[in-house]
Amino acid sequence: MSSARYIRSEVVRTFRNRRFLLFSLGFPLVLFLAIGGANRHKHLLGISFTLYYMTGMVAWGTMIAMISSGARISSERLVGWTRQLRITPLRTRVYFEAKVLTGYLLALLTIAVLYAAGIALDVRLDARQWAVMTLLLLVGLVPFAVLGILVGHLLKPDSIGPAVGGMTALFALLGGAWGPLSTSPTFVDVVKGIPSYWLVQSGRVAFGGSGWPPAEAWIVIAVWTAVLVRLSVRVYRRDTARV
Amino acid sequence: MTGTGWGTGPAAGDGIALVRLVKSYGSVQAVRGVDLVIAPGETVALLGPNGAGKSTTIDMVLGLTRPDAGTVRVFGLAPAEAVAAGRIGGMLQTGSLVEYLSVRELVEVVASMYPHPRGVDEVLAATGTAAFANQRTTTLSGGQTQRVRFALALVADPDLLVLDEPTAALDVEARRDFWSAMRTVAEGGKTVLFATHYLEEADAYADRIVLMARGRVVADGPATEIKAKVGGRTIRATLPGTDVSVLRAMPGVTAADRHGESVVLTCGDSDAALRALLDGYPQARDVEVRGAGLEEAFLQLVGGEEEQR
Repeated sequence: MSSARYIRSEVVRTFRNRRFLLFSLGFPLVLFLAIGGANRHKHLLGISFTLYYMTGMVAWGTMIAMISSGARISSERLVGWTRQLRITPLRTRVYFEAKVLTGYLLALLTIAVLYAAGIALDVRLDARQWAVMTLLLLVGLVPFAVLGILVGHLLKPDSIGPAVGGMTALFALLGGAWGPLSTSPTFVDVVKGIPSYWLVQSGRVAFGGSGWPPAEAWIVIAVWTAVLVRLSVRVYRRDTARV
Repeated sequence: MTGTGWGTGPAAGDGIALVRLVKSYGSVQAVRGVDLVIAPGETVALLGPNGAGKSTTIDMVLGLTRPDAGTVRVFGLAPAEAVAAGRIGGMLQTGSLVEYLSVRELVEVVASMYPHPRGVDEVLAATGTAAFANQRTTTLSGGQTQRVRFALALVADPDLLVLDEPTAALDVEARRDFWSAMRTVAEGGKTVLFATHYLEEADAYADRIVLMARGRVVADGPATEIKAKVGGRTIRATLPGTDVSVLRAMPGVTAADRHGESVVLTCGDSDAALRALLDGYPQARDVEVRGAGLEEAFLQLVGGEEEQR
């Protein structure tokens, strides 16, 4: 009995789905190359535009990777795979772990591709900056992993596409991944309560900052994660109680 | 005997015991008080028309559905415990296979979840899936998919094998193949519970038939006994211009109806009726003897039961 084999098969299944990979990686990359490339010599508030834009696209792209990984539960429910798994000794926890892990692998791939594209467009950072930025991103993605699982249990496959697209767009927009929406203090205070804001802010180390400010970011991420886990558990229980 | 610490119901610590099971979905009472004990090694068919409560009963045995009342014990364990211990293998009624894996990979993954799985190659051979084991699951026909699902249940090498209408989506040939594979496998002393709405399947492959209708067990016994109970036959023949009331009086006939030129005789003893028909009416053509529809037989059984109350 091993869960390693199951998790490996999940990873294999994800990476064999070429279209899923292509669209998941493709949009942020194309947008970055097109807009970042066209504005490569511009500066925004003293920061190079390509660097600024790269951090935004990484936040958006990894968000897509995380949410859509969990959202695949939806089609697995539809074909009866989750019911089949429930009559095997595989623990439910392992099923969810596999989903989160594949989401993270996909997110890491997105990060690697966009960093490479950034370097190609003259983004230069020192090793510590790359590392801190990446680590904060990975922490900031936790609530989105849970959100994907929640959506996968709530929606049917025919509405997953628009739902994930719309949700990631909204989070990206509000979080500032596509550029600052407004600098009004009230607005900034509000969006600070949204996890995607901190995902975008993880790039601030690259602008010379020292990472997330103490407490605030961590609390937002922790609270969103806790609430989403609670909701997911509730939805999962309701879902399995039904035939 | 073990596992007797749960009330006064039938004790079957080493088999399967359902005690006064009740399950409703909203206002629909799917299962209305089912008692059933299955000894280890028995092959039992749950026979009944659609909506009889077979799938709901099976879901409760598998721990997929929680009963509103009553208890389920599988080898003395709660269903979830028996599942976690890898003692149950199941083939559910609906469902296809996950994408982006080959048949072999899928069977291997499921095998890895169990403590003592059967050899993957052995299972692929036994279920007739070896020929397309390297194909992706998405390229399979309906019959092939069904065989793979059977392989997934078998690779567990479980003590209890539960099959919910395993042949529902299959054509006649595939159905026969399925049961011949099944027979070789079940000879290993496993306990098998399968649901079907084909009397022939239940009769051919089960030691015992449990007849369900409208959420209740309406009959339970050896296959031959149940078959006699619900296996009434009808004779259909082209026989113009004969008085049906005369036909109705023939030996073995319980009812006679006319549909244009043909007559339909419902028989308690179709052999006697057929002899009488051919002796008395040599002009009868296109004679056809068929098993009566289960649905009607059930409705009679259940109807009788409700009148008694």
